[in-house]
Amino acid sequence: MLEVTVNGTRHAIGSDADTPLLWVLRDELRLTGTKFGCGIGACGACTVMVNGEAVRSCSIPIQSTNHAEIVTIEGLAAMAGGTSRLSAVQSAWISHQIPQCGYCQPGMIMAVTALLAKKPSPTDADIDAAITNICRCGTYPRVRRAVRALAGT
Amino acid sequence: MKRRTFLVGTALAGTGALVVGFRVWDASFDRAARRLVETRRSHLLAGWVLIDEDDAVTVLTPGVDVGQGAQTALAMMLAEELDADWAKVRAEHAPADEAFADRFLVEGYVLKGQSLGVLQGAANMIFAEVARFMSLQMTGGSTAVAFTGQYGLRVVGAAAREMLLSAAATRLGADVRELETSDGTVVHRPSGRVLRYGALAAAAAREAVPARPRLKPRDRYTLVGRSVPRLDIPSKVTGALRYGIDMVLPDMRYAAVQSAPVHGGCLLHVDPKPALAIKQVERVVPLVGAVAVVARNYWAACKGLAALSPTYSDGGNGGVSSDLIFERQLQALNTNSGKIDVTIGDVGATFTRNGVRIATAEYRVPFLAHAPIEPINATAQFKDGRLTVWTGDRDPLASRMAVARAIGLSSADVAFHALPCGGCFGARSVKNSAADIYLAHAAEIARVMSPFPVKMIRCREEDFTQDAFRPQLMSRIRGAVDPQGKLVAWEQIYIAGAPSLATAFDIPYSVPNKSIRSVTVPHHVRIGSWRSVNSSQHAFWAESFIDELAHAGGTDPYASRRAALAEGSREQRVLEAVAKASNWGAPLPVGVGRGIALAPSFGTIVAEVIEASWANGGAPQVHRVVAAVDCGDIVHPDTAEQQVEGAIIMGLSAALHEEITIRNGHVTQSSFPDYPVLKLAEIPEIEVHFVRSGAPLGGLGEVGLPPVVPALTNALFAATGRRIRRLPICNV
Repeated sequence: MLEVTVNGTRHAIGSDADTPLLWVLRDELRLTGTKFGCGIGACGACTVMVNGEAVRSCSIPIQSTNHAEIVTIEGLAAMAGGTSRLSAVQSAWISHQIPQCGYCQPGMIMAVTALLAKKPSPTDADIDAAITNICRCGTYPRVRRAVRALAGT
Repeated sequence: MKRRTFLVGTALAGTGALVVGFRVWDASFDRAARRLVETRRSHLLAGWVLIDEDDAVTVLTPGVDVGQGAQTALAMMLAEELDADWAKVRAEHAPADEAFADRFLVEGYVLKGQSLGVLQGAANMIFAEVARFMSLQMTGGSTAVAFTGQYGLRVVGAAAREMLLSAAATRLGADVRELETSDGTVVHRPSGRVLRYGALAAAAAREAVPARPRLKPRDRYTLVGRSVPRLDIPSKVTGALRYGIDMVLPDMRYAAVQSAPVHGGCLLHVDPKPALAIKQVERVVPLVGAVAVVARNYWAACKGLAALSPTYSDGGNGGVSSDLIFERQLQALNTNSGKIDVTIGDVGATFTRNGVRIATAEYRVPFLAHAPIEPINATAQFKDGRLTVWTGDRDPLASRMAVARAIGLSSADVAFHALPCGGCFGARSVKNSAADIYLAHAAEIARVMSPFPVKMIRCREEDFTQDAFRPQLMSRIRGAVDPQGKLVAWEQIYIAGAPSLATAFDIPYSVPNKSIRSVTVPHHVRIGSWRSVNSSQHAFWAESFIDELAHAGGTDPYASRRAALAEGSREQRVLEAVAKASNWGAPLPVGVGRGIALAPSFGTIVAEVIEASWANGGAPQVHRVVAAVDCGDIVHPDTAEQQVEGAIIMGLSAALHEEITIRNGHVTQSSFPDYPVLKLAEIPEIEVHFVRSGAPLGGLGEVGLPPVVPALTNALFAATGRRIRRLPICNV
């Protein structure tokens, strides 16, 4: 039996071993905040953190995450450690009024969280290289502004 | 219009004042609406606003949230007139029931008065567009705030306020003239007594709806015009918001679907065995032109589908390609005189006049996909002879009818729940983007799997290949300028685009001799409305050509446009505003060019200036986009800016990269790697400036897009001398 820890809770997984992490999260664990966009890791809507790394969950089979620590958008605030209902990135997303349709934003927020955990003060080039998620509504200028604000640059 | 005259409001010429009111309240709708939304402690006022006894105010909106922020803007417009306490206001989609048809866009509650003929110009165009939405809950045509808000929910707020005042007067035994409203309370001035709206709601709901409530003058607004935080954003950053694709029901099954690759093709044969051999797969369901695999989870359904080898017919269209479509369109431009859209003066004679300078150009645009990040999906359950559907949809009443027809039920036996959409851009509509096809698939799968609910999701590849595209089109324009550089003739023929009453063919410039004609060339590829609909191609054609004429005549592209616009017109002011904000004429670094374009659409006027460069052997670089926008007044400045910004990015994406091509009858592209859309690294500096003209409210969701494409190609011409007449630019 496969086993993963998602947002601090350990789960025994019943899905087949080749099932992408995305569908385990959404269909088995009912964590629908992680979104399906393309299924081939091209759009980033399904981004979660696996052992601290931003990972496109549609393209990674559950068997390769056995015993991993996974954080999804639902667990972000708790992972941040504070008592707030929101992580710093989520709060910045509200103060910069970023989402339009909002569908890609959980993935975007996870990618930005992982970037800032590695590089607290990313340059614009770092942001360009790390944030390759697709937002069809075009929230990008605000995403950049929010990341710059979070980085204190 | 065939139906009896419908009236949506009357702009009084000169004053801009608006007379609005309610038609005779239809008691049967009112009862139905109450049944659908009221609870023991919440009361429906004036058909669209629920006031709870604990003071919570819920604004029911007939449109859906596709990301444009209209829910917040509509709630603000109602709350402004209601004098509600904004902290207690929320917005909710009204149920997909006739009782909540968007009558503000249509015949219902709004107004008696003059016919549509009294409205002029741009306003008239929009009112024609409004006619499309009769008896619907349509989100589209950039109408939410401009119509539903302006002519509907604002009036509802004012009516509900008067009902609360009237209830308070009875309660206090006071004259209504001694009462005031503020922050969700009624205040009796002489005594200082205060009654909360919540305490008055039950009594107020029994008051007659005033036929013509008084509206606030603009200068007394305290909420409208402020960028309050959007109501929908918190649930979008926590992952809590449930989109259509997030639907979960007990015992729910999952379906993956594959359609005939050539649009209109039929399923000829499928052997279900390979799919049924896969664990968790329950059923293979043949559909009209498609096949679905149903399983206990979506991944198993996908694996099952991949195991099948279905065969499809091609409807005789297996030889069609994009090139062939262009070839047929070219023939039509050459041989068909077309339908006349506009004819003024005598273009033929002008072209033979001595001294005129003549130019001709032909422009082509490709099919474009909507590509919302939430793929098309629908959940349906068929049980006890009734069908229930849950899906992201911007026209739920029309969809309910279509799905009922598809499965042979009456609309009354179909419950339709419109859920938030993860992007729309023209998709998710029966009328405008062939939603009836996938809704019929979902309904049929649910019928076969009855009584289990089934969530059908199109995979990304299916979403791309089965979309209803912005059509592939072309146009030819011949123009003449006199020796002084004045535009004297404009002769255009174009291939007609997606069906829409929002006409996009005309140009904003004065020209004494003008002929514009259109030709329809049918093909089998599904087409639909795509953000800004036909303005997306017409602005490219017209604003490229006007630029070509300016350069050919040796005049400045800004100055020559400005001179061809009516003196003091909104268009001219917007053009001047963008020139000023972009510092038009100031020196630029070597290799960088500046391009300008102007495009009125959906009652709003937008001009944009782009600075761009294109180094030899490299990719085009967009450095800066400056927009000037006149949408009349602005309800929520931050959302307004966001909409224009988003449309600019979508337009740049289309201009630079996007193209759907047809080969052997089917769509060639299948996902983001071969249909690249703009990402963060490519986003230029964008500035949006608003010109507050006080004109009637125009739309905002689409209007930023049309000028982007020609502003960019004009900038690249200025930078490199290379004129781009065929999109996308990456193919040049």
